[in-house]
Amino acid sequence: MTNFEITPMHLDILKEIGNIGAGNAATALSQLLQQKIEMHVPDVHLVSFEEMFELAGGAEQVSASIFLRIEGDITGTMFFILSMESANLFIRNLIQDPTFDFENEATAAIGASALQELGNILSGSYLSSLSDFTRLNIYPTVPSLAIDMVGAIVSFGLVELSQYSDEVIVIDTRITQGLEDGTSTFAGHFFLLPDPPSYEVIFKSLGVM
Amino acid sequence: MFRNGDVVRVGIADMNVVKAPQTIRTSGLGSCVGLVLYDSYAQIAGLLHVMLPSSSLGKTDRINVAKFADTGVKALIERLETEGARTRMLKAKLAGGAQMFQFGSSDTARIGPRNVEAVKEQLRNYRIPIIAEDTGGTKGRTIEFDPTTSLLNVRTVNEGTKDI
Repeated sequence: MTNFEITPMHLDILKEIGNIGAGNAATALSQLLQQKIEMHVPDVHLVSFEEMFELAGGAEQVSASIFLRIEGDITGTMFFILSMESANLFIRNLIQDPTFDFENEATAAIGASALQELGNILSGSYLSSLSDFTRLNIYPTVPSLAIDMVGAIVSFGLVELSQYSDEVIVIDTRITQGLEDGTSTFAGHFFLLPDPPSYEVIFKSLGVM
Repeated sequence: MFRNGDVVRVGIADMNVVKAPQTIRTSGLGSCVGLVLYDSYAQIAGLLHVMLPSSSLGKTDRINVAKFADTGVKALIERLETEGARTRMLKAKLAGGAQMFQFGSSDTARIGPRNVEAVKEQLRNYRIPIIAEDTGGTKGRTIEFDPTTSLLNVRTVNEGTKDI
């Protein structure tokens, strides 16, 4: 899929990108909600498209997904994916209304708008830290929100990649809101999928090629 | 939906063929197109889950034929013939090709509608009639075809299910 071999060191570097990016996003989210947000150690996987859907909950699973493309020195796709249950919990926290539900059409638009704003904040903080770390120019498109089947949403983000490969490197970072009793309420995944020509650019920017 | 056989699942950029009473299914079609070709007399059906309109978009030498409309339709017809279907008896039903998001590069803009057009162009080349379709829009679809009834069940998140 690339003209050089991806080594464990490369994967560690991609993990570090997930760490820094999602770490900043988690901090931004924590400030927004005035609550504790936990970030899990990032996973970097080389997976088939079908396995990518499984990571995001399964092709047919309904999810709330924020999607954007990255342009500039590197190109790629970014998703922030929440299960519907997590999306509901998140909006209830944010607007302080415990009755909120996306199933309720009267208020779903408010939730969608809040989620869109969340996408702006989280992806902005993730990508600006990635840009600082690599000193690359990275321009995100305006994020779009879709509530639909995981397969339908994620496959759109794979279109560009699919011209090069049937496998994808995904940097997967999970965040959860930790409660004091040790349980967590909502959880979301950041998926960063660099387009294959960008791997080399990322590694070169960090002096490892 | 009543079932008395196995359900064969087809993943993205993949295809498969079933005989009644088996049914065949693919989940979460967005801009991808799910194409069913069937021979209702032999009760054989094939399902192709196409991701891109043309193999000329492939930027590597190694090509997965089921990923592209042009190579995929051809490969599915050959596979159906091997399994005992007759090409001149084949009919088509298709679903998918939605525009999930409004942006993309020049290669990927309008990818859903372009996938639908590319599949239809191949069907014209092989003179295979389209019996039913549920394409376009902005919604994801899960489809399942039953060779016994020749019905294609289409499920969406907000608009329920229907048989076409």
